[in-house]
Amino acid sequence: MQYLEGRKYVIQAIFLAVALVFATRLFYIQVLDGSYKLAADRNTLQRIVQTPYRGLIYDRKGQILVQNTPVYDLMVTPREVKQLDTLRFCQVLQLPLEEVRTALKAARAFSRVKASPLIQNLSTPELAAIQDNLIDFPGFTIKSRMARSYNTHTLAHALGYVGSIPPAFLEKPKYSKYQAGDFLGITGLESYYEEQLMGRRGVQYRMVNVRGIEKGAFRGGEFDTLSVAGQDLHLSIDSELQAYGELLMQGKRGSIVAIDPKTGEILAFVSAPNFDPATLSGKGMGNRYMDLLNNPERPLFNRPLMATYPPGSVFKLVNELVAMQMGVVTASTGFPCNQRLVRCTHNHEYPSNVGIAIKNSCNPYFYQVMRAAVMRGRSTNRFEDARLGLGEWRRQVMKFGLGDRLGVDMSQEKKGLIPSPDFYDKRNGFHRWNYRTVYSLSIGQGEIGITGLQMANVLATIANRGFYYTPHFVKSVGQGGPLPQFRERHTVGVDPAHFEALIPGMQAVVDGRGGTGSLASLAEFGISVAGKTGTVQNPHGDDHATFAAFAPAEDPKIAIAVFIENAGFGGTSAAPMAALMMEKYLRGNIAPWRKRWEFWLQGPAEKFVRHR
Amino acid sequence: MPTSPARYSRSIDWPTVLLFLLMVGLGWLNVYAASYSPDAPANPLSTLSFQELMGFNWFKQILWIGTSIVLIVILLVIDYKAYDTFAFVLYGVMIALLIITPFIARPIAGSRSWLELGPVRLQPAEFAKFITALAASRYMAGINLRQQNFRDQLVLAGLTLLPPLLIVAANETGQALVFGAFLLAYFREGMSPLILLILAAAGLILILALLVPKLWLVGAFTVLLGLVFAFNSRVMRHHLPLSLSVWAVVIGMVFGVDFFFNNVLQPHQRKRIEVLINPSADPLGVGWNVTQSKIAIGSGGLAGKGFLQGTQTKFDFVPEQSTDFIFCTVGEEWGWVGTMTTIILFMALLARIVYVAERQKSVFGRTYGYCVASIIFFHFCVNIGMTIGLAPVVGIPLPFFSYGGSSLWSFTTLLFILLAIDAYRKQDLERY
Repeated sequence: MQYLEGRKYVIQAIFLAVALVFATRLFYIQVLDGSYKLAADRNTLQRIVQTPYRGLIYDRKGQILVQNTPVYDLMVTPREVKQLDTLRFCQVLQLPLEEVRTALKAARAFSRVKASPLIQNLSTPELAAIQDNLIDFPGFTIKSRMARSYNTHTLAHALGYVGSIPPAFLEKPKYSKYQAGDFLGITGLESYYEEQLMGRRGVQYRMVNVRGIEKGAFRGGEFDTLSVAGQDLHLSIDSELQAYGELLMQGKRGSIVAIDPKTGEILAFVSAPNFDPATLSGKGMGNRYMDLLNNPERPLFNRPLMATYPPGSVFKLVNELVAMQMGVVTASTGFPCNQRLVRCTHNHEYPSNVGIAIKNSCNPYFYQVMRAAVMRGRSTNRFEDARLGLGEWRRQVMKFGLGDRLGVDMSQEKKGLIPSPDFYDKRNGFHRWNYRTVYSLSIGQGEIGITGLQMANVLATIANRGFYYTPHFVKSVGQGGPLPQFRERHTVGVDPAHFEALIPGMQAVVDGRGGTGSLASLAEFGISVAGKTGTVQNPHGDDHATFAAFAPAEDPKIAIAVFIENAGFGGTSAAPMAALMMEKYLRGNIAPWRKRWEFWLQGPAEKFVRHR
Repeated sequence: MPTSPARYSRSIDWPTVLLFLLMVGLGWLNVYAASYSPDAPANPLSTLSFQELMGFNWFKQILWIGTSIVLIVILLVIDYKAYDTFAFVLYGVMIALLIITPFIARPIAGSRSWLELGPVRLQPAEFAKFITALAASRYMAGINLRQQNFRDQLVLAGLTLLPPLLIVAANETGQALVFGAFLLAYFREGMSPLILLILAAAGLILILALLVPKLWLVGAFTVLLGLVFAFNSRVMRHHLPLSLSVWAVVIGMVFGVDFFFNNVLQPHQRKRIEVLINPSADPLGVGWNVTQSKIAIGSGGLAGKGFLQGTQTKFDFVPEQSTDFIFCTVGEEWGWVGTMTTIILFMALLARIVYVAERQKSVFGRTYGYCVASIIFFHFCVNIGMTIGLAPVVGIPLPFFSYGGSSLWSFTTLLFILLAIDAYRKQDLERY
């Protein structure tokens, strides 16, 4: 029997072996492997995100333009749906069958246990109609949230719109705070000021038991954060002026941009054709968006910011200033109106100084001004001379904020184009072009392209006699004033004296005898307007009409650029429109006897064109 | 009582009693945590009525512990010879109870194995363990296992296998498996180690057959056998028929696994094994228990989340938490320190029981001691193994820790009969 006693060690060894296996395994899952801790937190922790109130948008005079109203989403949790008769469901709740079917399919694909939206953006009356019947359909719930609503029918392009976040964005680190189904600004100011408007999301961590029933705050709310409401935006837009501009531009394509030169604040920002901002909010927004997108008139196109045109004769002002700064011409320099250089459309007196040349918009005069600025004789080779001269000229011109983004508080801004020597080298070949190739630039035609906003900014610069503030829409974010970059003064490197020499000519355009912009005169109110007409040659159809001006000339309060596509000569349509806008802004209303101009201006652009 | 109480008390093995009390005490703390509800009143003993208190497992467990103490006193007072003398009588009564239970019991949780005596519910299967241990020890004392008397071995096997067969019939497979633990005790008394080895090998093959593609397994085994033949020609000459039949049996087992798996096992049992191999096989069924139990234990970390602070425990993520899955509460609220303490306590208890068993002079006492150790060890193995995903989910409790009257009483009886026998061993000496 004795030797069997040894077996007690075998048995105890078996006990110990199992204990060791358990100890090791427990050490691994309890101490080494951290994933179980996370899994336990995932089980019990529920993250409740509180979306703060989105900031409101006010106009210059404190009128609310954009606010929040509650809307309701019909949510579905596929797992809880019991034997749904889709047809009856749609009849009772008055919902479109096809839409419900596709949304149900998408919801099932997304998650069986999480709620996904079935129909979004129900208004309060729509909710009232279906709420009572909803009790018969388990798995369907209502979730309320805030949506944008509009107190204005104007300014859609600048305001932009708010929509649910595109799935692709969710993976970008910039949008890490957003969850699927969250709303954010898609375009315009809503997008540019998203961070300020959104505010800070609040997060609450709750503990739930296995059935999802709340069991109180996690660690007494130690990690919870309160939501902070978004900041309000106070726009520099004058909504009456804006509405008036949109009215005047009805039926036409084009843009009006008005700036307060003293601050760079944008007063009016008209893009025609336009649409009501409410179009892109609420139920059916997706369909209406597609309608706008497919509209041949392209109402979604943000013209003042994105449409680049040759500036036409308005650009002669920049040309003259650049040449004067270079010292190649003075205010009293005269050039013959030599029709062999370039055709002059106006029959006029001899341009013996810049004032007369601007008043009559003499093409040959500015041909020669720019030639003086470009062909400086730096090289005996006239091709090389043109190359060097154009490069120098371009650097000066670009200081006016042309050929590059101004940095307005809105994305989508186009650069425009001030062609460089490289541009012509590439197009024509090195030393295969000279001043004769690029001379159209002298009268604002040809390869050059600028936006309506840039043109208004040039006028603001002239009004300020040599500097500008970057144009911006938002006077104040909350109570904090504009963003810092909009308080910075940009000088264009041209002596104020040169501006003083130029401005009388611009006043003569409007108030001088036979001036091209005489329809823009506000002399009867004692307001002196300084302006310049432009007619942009358009190879695709009728010429575009422009007029750019500021007023009052001695103490400018508004700089404006009007651009009307296919309206022919700028003095006919664009000039009176600019005058009405300036009158409205400076005087607050339109004198009764000037109402006829409103009738004259309303309607499509064709009526302004005199076909020869 | 043959001796004075003071002398008798000195002869009781107090280390075992101390370990028992420690385990029951710690067990109660964890049952309290597992059945604690954050919403319950702060001072339930003074604010709630008895009826309301009976709704809490931790309160009922106090009653079970109290009655267990009474039970211990009775067990120690009974003349030790009674266990020897009445072993077969008790066995007969138990078999009769096991047979009639399914006919008179109401079905509870899918099995008709609970007898109801007024407010108390008893599971005869729980008591079958110590009664079978007594009967087997008694029989063992009369035979010599090493002499390989086939008739004796057959009777012993029948004695051990009859209760589990009846328990399986009542649909309590987990409780039936416990009887496999008797093999360890029989091994100590002279059973051939080959039986243990063969069973271990069979278990290994079954597990491998589930994990590894069958043809690989067959191929590997054939190659192994071929290598033995190639390098040891003596084996080939003398043991060829035996080797080939072992080979045939193994091949048969490998391919029989599927049949066993699909036709012998019931669907819920099959799932429990599938889940062991792949916990995501049944994430909301059996897999749920295993996953949540592992999360509970794993999230405890080194020192645990603290008493009553376990989120898995408090918020009911682990089913059967105060009974079969009590180890989760230990792991979650006390961490690795707690689980190791539990394991060390069990090891200490088992070592002490083996020590006590070895000092018995009678075969009856020693065999019974090893039966006690083996049964507790089996529960320890399977219960903790299932909570950490190393064993299939089998509904058996963790001795002394799990909530439940039947289980606590049956383990107390099991252990304290041994202590009663041990306390009289000196008298034994005087007699023989």
